[in-house]
Amino acid sequence: MKDVLRATITTSSLSEPPKRASNKVLIRPQMNFMIREHGARAIRLTTPLLIACAARSAWGDVPQQVPSIFAPESTPADSIFHLSLFVLAITGGIFVVVAGLLTWALIRYRARGDDTSEPAQIYGSTQVELAWTVVPILIVVVLFLTTARIIFAIQDAPKPKSALDVTVVAHQFWWEFRYPKLGIVTANELHVPVGSATFLHLLSADVMHSFWVPQLAGKTDVIPNHPNETWIEPQRPGLYLGQCAQFCGIEHAKMLLRVYVDTPTQFAAWVKDQQQAGAQYPQVAAGRQIFETHACTNCHAITGTAATGRFGPDLTHLASRATIASGAVPNNPENLREWIKDPDHFKEGVLMPAMQLDDHEIDELVAYLDSLH
Amino acid sequence: MADQTLPIAGALDLTPIHHRPRPLVEWLHDWVITVDHKRLGILYIVYSLFFLLVAGVEAICIRIQLAVPNNHFLPPEVFNRFFTMHGTTMVFLVGMPILFGFANYLVPLMIGARDMAFPRLNAFSFWLTAFGGILLYYSFIGGFGLYGMGNAPDVGWFAYAPLTEKPFSVGHPVDYWALALILSGFGTLGTAINIIATTLSMRCRGMTLLRMPLFVWLMLVVSGMTLVTITPLTAAQVMLLIDRYLGGHFFDAQAGGSAVIWAHFFWIFGHPEVYILVLPAFAIENEIVPVFARKAIFGYPAMVAASVGIAFVSMGVWAHHMFTIGMTSVSNTFFVLSTMLVSIPTGIKIFNWLATLWGGKIRFTVPMLFAIAFLFQFLIAGLTGIMLAVAPWDWQLHNSYFLIAHFHYVLVGAIVMNIFAGIYYWYPKATGRMLNETLGKWHFWIFVIGFHITFDTMHFVGFLGMPRQIYTYEPDRGWGHLNMIISIGGFIQAIAVLIFAWNLIYSYRKGKAAGNDPWDAWTLEWSTPSPPPVYNFAADPVVNSRRPLWDLKHPEDPDWKYEA
Repeated sequence: MKDVLRATITTSSLSEPPKRASNKVLIRPQMNFMIREHGARAIRLTTPLLIACAARSAWGDVPQQVPSIFAPESTPADSIFHLSLFVLAITGGIFVVVAGLLTWALIRYRARGDDTSEPAQIYGSTQVELAWTVVPILIVVVLFLTTARIIFAIQDAPKPKSALDVTVVAHQFWWEFRYPKLGIVTANELHVPVGSATFLHLLSADVMHSFWVPQLAGKTDVIPNHPNETWIEPQRPGLYLGQCAQFCGIEHAKMLLRVYVDTPTQFAAWVKDQQQAGAQYPQVAAGRQIFETHACTNCHAITGTAATGRFGPDLTHLASRATIASGAVPNNPENLREWIKDPDHFKEGVLMPAMQLDDHEIDELVAYLDSLH
Repeated sequence: MADQTLPIAGALDLTPIHHRPRPLVEWLHDWVITVDHKRLGILYIVYSLFFLLVAGVEAICIRIQLAVPNNHFLPPEVFNRFFTMHGTTMVFLVGMPILFGFANYLVPLMIGARDMAFPRLNAFSFWLTAFGGILLYYSFIGGFGLYGMGNAPDVGWFAYAPLTEKPFSVGHPVDYWALALILSGFGTLGTAINIIATTLSMRCRGMTLLRMPLFVWLMLVVSGMTLVTITPLTAAQVMLLIDRYLGGHFFDAQAGGSAVIWAHFFWIFGHPEVYILVLPAFAIENEIVPVFARKAIFGYPAMVAASVGIAFVSMGVWAHHMFTIGMTSVSNTFFVLSTMLVSIPTGIKIFNWLATLWGGKIRFTVPMLFAIAFLFQFLIAGLTGIMLAVAPWDWQLHNSYFLIAHFHYVLVGAIVMNIFAGIYYWYPKATGRMLNETLGKWHFWIFVIGFHITFDTMHFVGFLGMPRQIYTYEPDRGWGHLNMIISIGGFIQAIAVLIFAWNLIYSYRKGKAAGNDPWDAWTLEWSTPSPPPVYNFAADPVVNSRRPLWDLKHPEDPDWKYEA
């Protein structure tokens, strides 16, 4: 109850205008609860345990990268994490009290032996009933105010001038990322700088999808004809996994997302690399010709070639990406080969058709694609 | 047949009907043409139990597929069909019909009536609903039209547009889905109208509205909600069919339609639907807890008020299913508040049940065991519901396995538990035989253990970021072990359901004779023989209180002295 009261006091400043810590960093809409530090530490400590017991053994050789909502690494996810601790504390308290009373009643008032007499009949009590109406109302008020504060802090956060803009276009079953101010188009692997905000403009090319990278932010649906926006402000460099969170058709499960949070230097280097037209090596000219003379160009684009298709991922810097098929398999020549030969093998129902090339042509083509750094 | 006037041979045979040797065809014919509310109630329940098994098999297949990462037990398109059919079946072909089955059987008996207000409409409603279910499952054979390939709907039970539009869903599976739900929706509307008319106009002498058993009150509230909420669903399905066949663009985003409007239409039905399903579970709880605690329900008027309150508030919370869809911060805040308000009347109910147990002499019979499990599980479901109502947290939890865990806690932990409780409680009335107590306890304990293994674990895999409706997942996400545990729990529940099915069959033949009133209960249905005759009551009953049989059994201390 003390926590609850304290929370009411500390969260009563709804009207407080959002402050900006610096031009680069958004104010972190956190809460100052007593439980915050201890609870956060407890959960942060137990989460790896949970993850560890989830991870080891039969598939233990696979390096684990668990997208847990309790391991936030970005501002919105972090504020949500702290809010969730507060809600967990309140609901946990309610559970202990009510379940405890129930258990006590069941033990204390069980029928004993062959006593068949009826207990005293009690029909109700206005005072008691009033009490257990008023207490929940108070709890609801507290929860509501706290929640409202975080909603406004996240949804209505002002966009810093320095924020990076990325347009996310969701397709059946892959992600297109466009950096309008940087002139970059890429797919499935998003690169953002650490420590500053990135605003994501969410568009869909076909059906409804949802953009969700649990460690960075809550999910936002990606809806055709209904542009949405969300933002992230990652605090630690690294790779963060996510995936489409709104059922979008047969391969919804393999519409995976990878977000690389780069240090400023790494990010600058990546941008520079992506802004250049892909290198075209004469050794793989045969592969390029196969690419340009087949239906590949209808869907895929490679800057500096005849290929300008927009239906599938941009391949200009394909070899710079770690995965293909929207994160389904690692990007290496063997997988590329299998993917071109029979896309259904990795991703049954994917919209890319099998290209019916002979083995030699596929070798040439894979060599070409593998050169697109 | 009271209204039989034609001189058919045998019409004047005065041998009681169940003593006459009759061919199977005649027995079946009797069931098909029946307009008796009790027989229709049983038909509804048997129909739902059949589909419970079917959807259960689908769930088991889903769990086998997800038990290990990158599994190849089911191809993705079959997996997608199975979770769509599992959800649609459980809500529309199991949840709704079984609860209306209970209402059909019990409402007239509890209010001292001889049948429903419109017996023929009643039969018509059942057969419409039944045909809807058959049509939905026929899609496995007919979904792809004449190509000879089976195909059931694979768009999820809430079928978000524009995935359901022609360019993205070819063939006819979505049409089967839409038409089947329109049909069963009309059946549901018929029954709802019938229940409202029956409770309002068929009560016996002395049964004022505030003396009706809470079961009947809740069924009245549910029926009122049904009338309001089925309509937008039907409208949405018709618009979808117009889009698919008549060139409409309601939800076709490419041509200027709105995907968000579908979500609004669906959830303005879909959320009250949850309460339509859970209020009958409350109804069963309200009958069972007092009888086995041996006390009158605590705070009857508050319980009625809370039920009506839930019904009203539940109409204004639908967009909490849409916190991630990109509403403004003000809209999100509004739906946070309205959703949290539901917890107040719901809390009142839990406290009233607790107070009913308090000071009682609790008998742990099988129906009571299920009713007690309901209390704990519904408490948890309510608390995880509050977590989901906290919009920012919902941005994380929505469409994750946490959400799946939450609503299975409601649908299985609360509703299915009380359906079992209700069947153990009223089976003796309907068949004249007790369900076997030992098998019942096995059923209870195995089911509860399996339930918790499965659905408790699901919360955690949701915390670790696993989204719903995915047919497989990568081994590097760390979800493998938890999923294996979830699947094992699923099998344990399946075993318990088989024990239950065996108990239903075994006890029908070999069960102990029940007598009129095996539980020493207090509502009017226990004053009739088991099973009750076609006309229910030989003489119209007259009641003076909420517990007419208590008054009869305790003339020295009758209820009517105390009820305000």
